[in-house]
Amino acid sequence: MEHLIELKDVYKIYPMGEEEVHALDGVSLAIDPGEFVAIVGQSGSGKSTAMNIIGCLDVPTSGSYHLGGVDVSTMDDDRQAEIRNKMLGFIFQQYNLIPKLTVLENVELPLLYAGVAAEERQERALRALERVGLADKRKNLPSQLSGGQQQRVSIARALAGEPSVILADEPTGALDSRTGREVLAFLKKLNREGDTVVLITHDNSIAVKADRIIRLQDGKVIYDGDAHDPRAVVQPGEGEEETP
Amino acid sequence: MNVTQAFKLALKSLQTSKMRSFLTMLGIIIGVGAVIIIISLGNGLTGMVEQQVEKVGVNQIYAYTWGMGDGTTSNITPEEMYAFIDENPQVFSGISPWVSGGQGVRRGGAEFARTGVYGVSEAMYRRETGSTLDGDTLAKGRYLQYVDVALRQNVCVIGAYLEREAFQGDALGKTLAISGIPYTVVGVLAQRGDELREGGGDDRVYIPYENALQMSGGRYVSLYQITATSRDTVAAAQSLLRDFLQDFYKDEDAWYNAYYIESMLDQVNMINSMMGIAMLVLVAIAAISLLVGGIGIMNIMLVSVTERTREIGIRKSLGAKRRDIRRQFIIEAGTTSAMGGLLGILFGCLVAMGLGSLLGGMLVESLGASGITFNATPTLSAILTSFGVSVGIGVLFGYLPANKAAKLNPIDALRYD
Repeated sequence: MEHLIELKDVYKIYPMGEEEVHALDGVSLAIDPGEFVAIVGQSGSGKSTAMNIIGCLDVPTSGSYHLGGVDVSTMDDDRQAEIRNKMLGFIFQQYNLIPKLTVLENVELPLLYAGVAAEERQERALRALERVGLADKRKNLPSQLSGGQQQRVSIARALAGEPSVILADEPTGALDSRTGREVLAFLKKLNREGDTVVLITHDNSIAVKADRIIRLQDGKVIYDGDAHDPRAVVQPGEGEEETP
Repeated sequence: MNVTQAFKLALKSLQTSKMRSFLTMLGIIIGVGAVIIIISLGNGLTGMVEQQVEKVGVNQIYAYTWGMGDGTTSNITPEEMYAFIDENPQVFSGISPWVSGGQGVRRGGAEFARTGVYGVSEAMYRRETGSTLDGDTLAKGRYLQYVDVALRQNVCVIGAYLEREAFQGDALGKTLAISGIPYTVVGVLAQRGDELREGGGDDRVYIPYENALQMSGGRYVSLYQITATSRDTVAAAQSLLRDFLQDFYKDEDAWYNAYYIESMLDQVNMINSMMGIAMLVLVAIAAISLLVGGIGIMNIMLVSVTERTREIGIRKSLGAKRRDIRRQFIIEAGTTSAMGGLLGILFGCLVAMGLGSLLGGMLVESLGASGITFNATPTLSAILTSFGVSVGIGVLFGYLPANKAAKLNPIDALRYD
């Protein structure tokens, strides 16, 4: 069976003066539809770079990346934008809602760029808002909502385009622990309903909510397996470092 | 994303910072306003000149015949001129000598120092139109007739001003003295202006031209007033007349030396082309303000792109392509300048109307041209052009910032604080 996400021997190398930094140093991984995977690592481990590449925001220096069976590793800007629009739903740490647009308009954005007609766009955005329980706030501005609500709006926005993968980058990082747990529970619920969720975090206690953990260190995969295996949460080397 | 969406978004973003939007538009408002004002006033002036000319008659041609002045060639006579005009009825409709008889009109003890005395022939009055070549009509009595001119009768036709001032409204059959010689009033012209004024168009006396020649001490008629059949035949009439006079004087330098021809149409065209150039220069200067306005828009758009880097990153992550982002910012710039343009048109029209009624009144007053109006209104094409230009400026100067936004890397843009 074809994997939904498949990275093969991916390198991402940044020139730093004379030196080269290997942000990803030969990463291979595969994620199948319906999985709930956490990509874990400390700051500098390469998890952000991995997230950028999986999210089609960046291209690997070498190696290949297939998303839904399509090689997206050599695509140009605009084709990547199209892939992001059709296949990926982003959830960011800072919610990243556009402040001057209403909740509904924010959720409509991916559909707008997909060229969906106004009426259908509103309908689908409203459905996504209903899924996160915020349909009644559709006319509010993001600033009128709490952090947890804003994050749920951003989840609705990620869902609106009916993407193949939900990519959550530290989704609880800006929330207190209770709302953070709620958001995680919600992601788990989405996963149970059939969505593929990829969670990027530095926090083991969050990572263990996923079914599978892929741990990165120095640009390499050092663990890939069951989230409940004790080895999954072993932090090699020094003590855990707080990342913002 | 379609254009309507981008347009709505642009309006929204203009609304969120009204003061800033207004200041950004100010350059365009002033530029477009200035262009509209200049064009309106120019149109008003052109219209005034046209009206004035229509009144005097745009088919007027003046032939100056001084003669060679070398004593060997005789000057052309009125009879020769009449014959030539009669031979070409397809382009000419009338001719009269026009001799200035100086001044010096008296009636009883009163002196009318500013009254103009002009020597003309009976041909000045055209029975078929009931008016003179100048467009005057008779109010009372008759015009000068062939016998008056042939026999150098001491008769005159006077203007309405003189009738009122010298004769208390009853001049027919009475006499006035011109250079000491008594003349009998045989006709009174209808009032031509709104107001009767000393030295104006109604303060005139017409006498047989040979009498006037005698008064001025001249030997030859040196000016003929000629009318073409219409505005369209003026050019043909002028060229025929020139050929005729050139043939008469034979000297190759005769033009300017022995004779000269000018027409009202020449003057109108000259005035119009001069005014056109002046307007063009002024509009060009005003257009500099449009350029400055455009640069202002570019500047504020560059700031806006920087401020909204994160928004651009978000949009890109959600699938906005380069052209979506570019379009959004170009439409925003275009909307800003288009609104500036609209406000500028409004501002320009209002100021032009105010200035028009102020200046127009003064101009009409100072020219003493009654029945002439000054309409400082812009043409529709001027309005449409300035609107188009202002949108164009927005798009042009918005392109650079928009392109900068479109090329932003989504990762960097998302991380931007």
